[in-house]
Formats: sequence, structure tokens, C-alpha cells
Amino acid sequence: MDRRDWMGLLARAPADVLDRLWQGLGLAPAFEWLRPPEVGGVMVRGRTGATGAPFNLGEMTVTRCALVLESGTVGHGYVQGRNKQQAEKAALVDALMQEDAADRIRAALLEPLATQMQATQDRRAAKAAATKVEFFTLVRGED
Amino acid sequence: MYVAVKGGERAIENAHSWLAEERRGDVAVPELGIAQIREQMALAVNRVMAEGSLYDTDLAALAIKQARGDLIEAVFLIRAYRTTLPRFGASLPVDTGEMRCDRRISATFKDAPGGQVLGPTFDYTHRLLDFKLAADGEVPPAAQAKPQEGPVPHIAGFLNRDGLIQTEAPSDEAPPDLTRDPLEFPANRALRLQALTRGDEGFVLGLAYSTQRGYARNHAFVGELRIGRVAVEMELPELGLAIEIGEVELTECETVNQFAGSKTEPAQFTRGYGLVFGQTERKAISMALVDRALRWRELGEDNLAAPAQDEEFVLSHCDNIQATGFLEHIKLPHYVDFQSELELVRRLRADTEALHEAAE
Repeated sequence: MDRRDWMGLLARAPADVLDRLWQGLGLAPAFEWLRPPEVGGVMVRGRTGATGAPFNLGEMTVTRCALVLESGTVGHGYVQGRNKQQAEKAALVDALMQEDAADRIRAALLEPLATQMQATQDRRAAKAAATKVEFFTLVRGED
Repeated sequence: MYVAVKGGERAIENAHSWLAEERRGDVAVPELGIAQIREQMALAVNRVMAEGSLYDTDLAALAIKQARGDLIEAVFLIRAYRTTLPRFGASLPVDTGEMRCDRRISATFKDAPGGQVLGPTFDYTHRLLDFKLAADGEVPPAAQAKPQEGPVPHIAGFLNRDGLIQTEAPSDEAPPDLTRDPLEFPANRALRLQALTRGDEGFVLGLAYSTQRGYARNHAFVGELRIGRVAVEMELPELGLAIEIGEVELTECETVNQFAGSKTEPAQFTRGYGLVFGQTERKAISMALVDRALRWRELGEDNLAAPAQDEEFVLSHCDNIQATGFLEHIKLPHYVDFQSELELVRRLRADTEALHEAAE
């Protein structure tokens, strides 16, 4: 799991699950804000005909922040939506994943989070699979 | 022209407090929560996000509650909120080929690779009111089957391989943004698609229907319709990498349309494209039909003077917030304008009467 993976996971994490897993770690590292949590918009783009030139589809809400631990390690948080506490936790996890605590955080927070999010996805995929159809064309009455 | 007026503060205040009371309705009935609207009025939430042009389910649900279920008013609230947000940047174009599909159907290919998946659709329901919903009811869990593995490729890709359908030229050109610059004509396709995806569903539907009824008919088939979730990625310059910043539910419609070919080009199908926030199938199909109709010039078709071919007509009137703003402003005080018209009518009538009297 590299930085791209864990930042992506934290961005999409359900806030309550992330909160519970973070509380379970019992960590409260001291830090200073480089950029306090800020809510903004990101313009989501699509492609014409799925593969052609980009166009602007509409915006989504995103909350971001950056902080520095006492050790000097910098953490960035980018999360979907408007939850500033979630952005703070994402940035703390990002910073701690660059330190000695990485293995512990991976095992106690990131992996269970990934498992739970994957299970939610799998349940949806299983329901979609149950609605898969085979259409048969019938011979019509006319010539 | 409407004019500034003074006074009425007390009446306005009282109107607002009555509005709040009416919004709440009978206090003996439990109050609606934002989560209830988000979860149980999901398609209304989707429409408000699409036309409000901001993907945030909780905000759309709040707007619907505040607007007492008036969806255009809710879209207005979302648009107003959107303008207060700093723009962090633009995402990389989403890859709908990687969509985790809840639904994926094709009206042109029975045996589409990846299969036909109905998803949670109203299609094939009998459209009879279900009185069981009027009582509290437990819902049996939805059936599950083994999830399919592997990608679900776009249908247009297969036709493309044989050269039977027009290709979309790949490009990474930054698209114009109508939230930053005023609309200018002629508009390129990227700008038209942005306007259509946030356009009023009813208006876009009506125009799409007009093309089916013969006003610039282009014989559309739904080559593919897919609904599902895609990851949104953005480049973070401070980190020098692109990360996922979230995921959005989208509806995508690709139509396959007629094309007669020309002296220089062999006959080939053409395409219309619809991509809309949320599960918004009627809108996405409508968007694809109107997109195709607006492409008459680049495809060398005749201008039949049909409304759906007129980009200035379509793009200038598809936005329900602009339309509402101009339409509803005529109820604001126009006393000075009206006073001068009144004077004029009185004078004209007096002149006519004087003439009549002189004639007698």
C-alpha cells in the first residue's frame, strides 16, 4: 500500500468507520497546522463519448488540510465532502504512515478500513450480478 | 425595469416565519431528517446535484428540505452555495470504462460482453401504486449472486474496432467552463455538454422528444446505458502525484445514430453522449439525443431549423436557474414602469375620445 493508495482510501472512507478505527489506535500526536481544514470544490471532468476530449461535468465538495508533526513530518489530508475532522484524521494518518508507527497503522486502521469498504462494494456487485439477464429475440408474426 | 422599494420589513419578516411554520407542517407528524431525504428520496437528491452542478448528497438533501420539496428552488440553493466555495482545481477526466456498474444495458447488442445488468430499475414494474408502502414495511433483502469479474468494456469500443462508428478524437485540451466565462456562440462540444448536463431535465427531455418526433430526427438507439460509481482523481502539485479524492455515482448514455456517409467517407454510425451526476437515466438519454442533434454542422447535415439543432436556443434556455430568475423577476415591484405605461394608455384613450367628440 503506497501513499497514493492510503490517501485514496482515506478520501473515500465513511467518516464513522474512520473515526472508530482512529479512536481504537489511541493516538493523539501533537501537530501544527500548515493549512487548517478548508472546504472547497473540485471540478469533476468527463470525456466526450467516454474517450474523447474532456468537458466539465460539475463540482464536488472536498475538504483538505496539511499539518506537521513535532518530528517535522508533513501530512496531507484530502477527503470527499465537508467533514473537517475527517480531513484532520486523514492528514494525521498520512503523516504517521511516513514514520515508525506505519506498520501499526496499516494493520489496525488502513487494512480493516479497506476490507470494510471492499465488502460494501462487493455487496453491491453481488446484487447487480443477480439482475443480469439473457435476452432472447423471438420470431415475430410478420414476414 | 423593477425599482427599489422601501418598507414592508415587518410583513417580510412575518412571511418568513410563516414559511418556516408551513415548511414544518403538522407538528404531530415526525419531522423529516436530512438522512431520510438522502436515503429515501435519492433520485430527487440526484436531480438536485445534477442541475445544481455540485455533487454532495447531504447538501442536496438539506436543500430539498429547505425548499419544501420544490426541486428548482433546491437547485437554486445549491448553485448559490457553490459560488461560495473556493475552487481547489479540476479532476482528471473520470474513466467510465472502469465504472463499478449497478446497471448496464444495451438496446443494440443482445449479447454485449460484460452482460446486460438491470440494476435497481423501474423498468418492468407495472406502475401500479403500491399501498404496502403506505404502511411501514420491512423490505426483504435483495438477491445476490456471484459478482462478475473483469472489466465491462464500452459497447462503442467494439463498433469502433470495425470502423463502423465515428471515433471521438482523443485530446487533453482544457475545456471551457461556463461557470467562469459567459456562454459564447458558436459553442464547442465540451461547452455544450457542460450546459446540457446541468440543464433542466424537463427542458432537455422535451427537446430530445422533439427529435424523436421528427424535428431533426437522427434515429437514436441506446447503444449503452450504464449507472455506477467511478473514482475521481486529482493531481496534487504539492505532492507531485495524482490521488483519488472521492467517488461519484454517474449515469452514462451513448447513443448510436444514423449516418449516411459521403463521397469521401464510408457510411458510419455517429454518436451522441450523455453523462450526468447520480442515477439520472431519463436525463442522460435526453442529453445524448440533444448532443447528437446539436452536432449537425460538424457532421455535414442539413440545418432543418429544428429547435434541438439551434445551439443558441438550447444553451440559452436549458438552465432552470437563469430561466427562473428572469421569469420570476416580473413579480417584483415594477411600479415605475407600470406607472408610465398607465399614463400612456390614459393619454392615448383621452386622445381617441377627443377625436371621437370632434367627429361628432
